[in-house]
Amino acid sequence: MTVTAVRKDPAALTMTLTAEFDASPERVWDLWADPRQLERWWGPPTYPATFTAHDLAPGSRVEYHMTGPSGDQPHGYWNVVEADPPRRLVFIDGFAHEDGTPNDDFPRNEGRVTIEPVGAGRTRMSIESHFPSTEAMEQVLAMGMEEGLTLAVGQIDAILTVDAVA
Amino acid sequence: MTTTFDADHIFAALADATRRDIVLRALSGHEGVAELAGHYPMSFAAVQKHVAVLERAGLVTKERTGRRKVVCTNIEGLRLARGLLDEYEALWRGRIDRMTDLITRSKEIDA
Repeated sequence: MTVTAVRKDPAALTMTLTAEFDASPERVWDLWADPRQLERWWGPPTYPATFTAHDLAPGSRVEYHMTGPSGDQPHGYWNVVEADPPRRLVFIDGFAHEDGTPNDDFPRNEGRVTIEPVGAGRTRMSIESHFPSTEAMEQVLAMGMEEGLTLAVGQIDAILTVDAVA
Repeated sequence: MTTTFDADHIFAALADATRRDIVLRALSGHEGVAELAGHYPMSFAAVQKHVAVLERAGLVTKERTGRRKVVCTNIEGLRLARGLLDEYEALWRGRIDRMTDLITRSKEIDA
């Protein structure tokens, strides 16, 4: 609904997705900068994410794991390349060992996030993702295969309840 | 194929329009690296490098026809990439929906 454009280039293994929100750039940036908010949208309901280290300063490493339906816990990390709050974030997203150190046996993908005001209290966010290979895409997708399925009403309620308490 | 990825270098090459053009030209599967190199204002070595990146990504293959080696676009690889991008889009659409929900809810709480 809020996604305004999607451009996919199979030959370049690149996807650019643009979305607009009824919020300020600062509010949208917070979705990335606050780990507690981040973990409520990064993983699909079937693969919720937990961020165990989170600092968006350039050169920092963000560490997270996801918990799958069968209890599997793939670990991941971001290497923050660029951070310019609340406008721009560039990071390399890779797989990690259980202790959080990068697992270089797996390829990494690069995400470029651009956040800009478009007037009337609205903000546009674009995500540009580059993959080194189709294998890299398959591995990323294996962590969120169930994505695209409708959110169960119970899960929405659960988030609402947590929000009300917070 | 076993490949070691050097993400930084590969990402830089992926952003290059030349690479996309090579994939299109290689659909016909008639040209070798030398012929391909003739289309671009860059060195043979530079074009060879782009082809190598495409090869590692599974988007082109080098096939022997007679005594020549030609670069062929891997249609299956492209199709696979297309399907994977569709799935990746679904993943991000889900994320955007959840982001929107979070923003909406934080407004309701502030109100």
